[in-house]
Amino acid sequence: MEILMILTVGVLVSVSTYLLLTKSLLRVILGIVLLSHGAHLLFLTMAGLKEGAPPLLGEEAASYADPLPQALILTAIVIGFGVTAFLLVLAYRTYKEHKTDDLDQLRGSADE
Amino acid sequence: MSTLHYLVLAPFIMAIFVPFLYKIRHIHTGWFVLALPLVLFLYLLQYIPIGVSMVPVEEIVPWVPRVGINFSIYLDGLSLLFALLITGIGTLVVLYSIFYIANKKDEPLNNFYVYLLMFMGAMLGVVLSDNLIVIYVFWELTSLASSLLIAYWFHKEKSRYGAQKSMLITVTGGFAMLAGFCLLYIMAGSFSIREIISYFAQVEFNESLFIPAMLLILLGAFTKSAQFPFHIWLPDAMEAPTPVSAYLHSATMVKAGIYLVARFTPVFGGTPEWFWIITSFGLVTLIWGSISAVRQTDLKAILAFSTISQLGLIMALLGLGSASFLDSVAEVAIIAAIFHLINHATFKGSLFMVVGIVDHETGTRDIRKLGGLMAIMPVTFTISLIGIASMAGLPPFNGFLSKEMFFTGVLEATTLSVFNVGTLGIIFPIVAWIASIFTFVYCLIMFFKTFTGKYQPEKLEKDAHEAPIGLLLSPIVLASLVVIFGLFPNMLSYTIIEPAAQSILPYIVDPYINIYHWHGPNTELFMTIGVVLFGVLVFINLKRWQEATFFLHERDPLNRVYDGGLDGLVSGSKRVTNLQLTGLLRDYFVYMSVFMILLLSWTFFRYDALAFDFTNVSEISPYLWVITLVLIGATISIPFIQHRITAIIGVGVIGFIVALLFVVFRAPDLALTQLLVETVMVVLFLLCFYHLPELRKEKFKPKFRMTNLVISIGMGAIVTLIAFSAHAMRHNLNFTPISQYFVENSKPLAGGYNMVNVILVDFRGLDTLLEVLVLAVAALGIVALIKLKVKEGQDV
Repeated sequence: MEILMILTVGVLVSVSTYLLLTKSLLRVILGIVLLSHGAHLLFLTMAGLKEGAPPLLGEEAASYADPLPQALILTAIVIGFGVTAFLLVLAYRTYKEHKTDDLDQLRGSADE
Repeated sequence: MSTLHYLVLAPFIMAIFVPFLYKIRHIHTGWFVLALPLVLFLYLLQYIPIGVSMVPVEEIVPWVPRVGINFSIYLDGLSLLFALLITGIGTLVVLYSIFYIANKKDEPLNNFYVYLLMFMGAMLGVVLSDNLIVIYVFWELTSLASSLLIAYWFHKEKSRYGAQKSMLITVTGGFAMLAGFCLLYIMAGSFSIREIISYFAQVEFNESLFIPAMLLILLGAFTKSAQFPFHIWLPDAMEAPTPVSAYLHSATMVKAGIYLVARFTPVFGGTPEWFWIITSFGLVTLIWGSISAVRQTDLKAILAFSTISQLGLIMALLGLGSASFLDSVAEVAIIAAIFHLINHATFKGSLFMVVGIVDHETGTRDIRKLGGLMAIMPVTFTISLIGIASMAGLPPFNGFLSKEMFFTGVLEATTLSVFNVGTLGIIFPIVAWIASIFTFVYCLIMFFKTFTGKYQPEKLEKDAHEAPIGLLLSPIVLASLVVIFGLFPNMLSYTIIEPAAQSILPYIVDPYINIYHWHGPNTELFMTIGVVLFGVLVFINLKRWQEATFFLHERDPLNRVYDGGLDGLVSGSKRVTNLQLTGLLRDYFVYMSVFMILLLSWTFFRYDALAFDFTNVSEISPYLWVITLVLIGATISIPFIQHRITAIIGVGVIGFIVALLFVVFRAPDLALTQLLVETVMVVLFLLCFYHLPELRKEKFKPKFRMTNLVISIGMGAIVTLIAFSAHAMRHNLNFTPISQYFVENSKPLAGGYNMVNVILVDFRGLDTLLEVLVLAVAALGIVALIKLKVKEGQDV
């Protein structure tokens, strides 16, 4: 399972990098979303998959899945959500002001 | 902290109070400041040894003792001489400035005195510290203060130009000097000058770093002391108010380089490189400065080039005198250097102040407009006569005595038996003599063009009259010193000069200091007579000289190198910046990704960290195969989707599958959060997409598309490799996760059963708090972006 997940992470990172390099503002945002998915899965995989019970003491199991990466990922998901929401509104506002979402046309003027 | 430490810090402490004292508007701020240098000067006087030999005082306060950086004060003859100059001239300059800069409503006197005090403290720090790093810090502070003072009238373009120029040149030299200090530390293992001197007294000069360290330190000294070709900043520094020019750019700061060379003479002295470099730079500066001074029309510019030339003279004497480690003939040069240093401070200080008075009372410093002021300003005239006669080297003033000693020094140097001086030595007296002729000529120009001839009131902005007594007070004091030192030179010889000479040449027990007016008809006397004769001859024929092309340009030709270099630097950096900052987001991502790929792969090869381990894996149930393959398929399809709703659905599918995987991988909290976030996110995307345009096909050139593809695959590959290696190492190297602590302590310490939640709100509670803050900021940003109305024509 770990091998499969690692390969999945590789695909997610590749695709998101490709999206980041495109000219469309929306694809860049989609790339960021995918990149955070990739990072979360990578984290979880590194801690080991399917080892022990969920990290709830009420289960009274002999061993539990590592709770620390889960806590970190939880924080990352929430932050990622905030960032994505902000980027979306930023894209919306940029489009309203400049009437384009093409990053090639959105570069600054030559004297900046 | 000893009293001497507080002596260095006192001006800085005083500077803190200046802005408050400035609030008392009906009293000139200078009156409050005046007391400080006076008290310091009187305090320092007690260290002058009278009838006994100087005992150096050393006080150490640890600063960063682990790397040998201590705020250690070392007061010996040389330091005392400079400290007396700084505080003594400082007192007179502050007094002079009270009358020179009127207490007008919008005059920023607080700035002036804060900078001046900052300079005073920094300069005292330079000459009193024994630790090289402390010296460097104070050294750069003097550059900063000097630059700020030059730009005191910053609304003038020329002031800003001069300030920038002096800053760039002296700070560059300072940096070089710091490098030299570090090389000394590598060799001697200490930043203390005392210890460095005693280290080099014991070992032979065979260290490969010795010459580089010497060159770097000399670069610092030469830039600061305006030696050729770095002298170009000093004439432009004359834009500063005249008290500043008198203080920083003639009496004290420009002598910091002299101080440094004198200080390091016990370290480097006795080597041929030190001797030849300093002597030749000094002599070139001497002659270049005096010749350039002749072609100036601005009184202050004449004085600036004269200062350059005199600094070259002192530098050359120190260079010649460094030979006295091997041949005692050269000792007189060191004595002459110290004596001339004092004399220069007195006569040049008084002359600067006099020029300030002329400027103040007539409104111009242009010698083409001035003339006939002798009868109108009799006191000013008398002071100038004394100062100029001393500068020209005429008896009985102190300038004559040190000029004679200077001639003795260069004549003795021709007989030196070391460094292959031989016949080459004849150059020293010739250069000295020619430079002295030009010195005499510009003295005559200054004197006759200002005070004799026809008074031309129609060319002057103001109606000329004698200056008020307050302005005259300081130059009178200095001019009296010129006369007193001229008549009774031996009052200095065993009180100031001998202790200073002993710090430069530590092995001399009892230096022979011989300052007399009359030595009989010797070579020096004939040289002086020759200077006077030829000087007068040149002055009479000045008209013909001035028609030569060289004399038509007032500006130093070396300025072209500086101006061109600066322009080239600015346009060059602009070009480099424009090359990389394209304004296209893609390019920045390319830089970052490529850098990451290169750095990570380099690290992998460097530490041989690549590892694979395909055992120790958990089994894959068939339904997981299906889920994962759908995930991969959806991911790959995203870049090809041209329809935005499809794209959202694709991303949504990926998000929900990730949530599903969280369930499978024993992470219920993650799954819950992911589900919630994903739902809201899809709604958000839909809302925004309503306003945004349809996705288009990417129109990249094929080359770009290929680069993008290669970079993305490289990025994915490197992450995959990291993951594989980490996975392999986790099992093979037996790392124990730190999570066991949380498993054991969730209940006893935090009273919770859900470990993830306990970590978030209890163990890492502060992180979560900040995370909430991030969300709040993002929310505020979103509200602002939606609500903010930008008016027509306003930039976003």
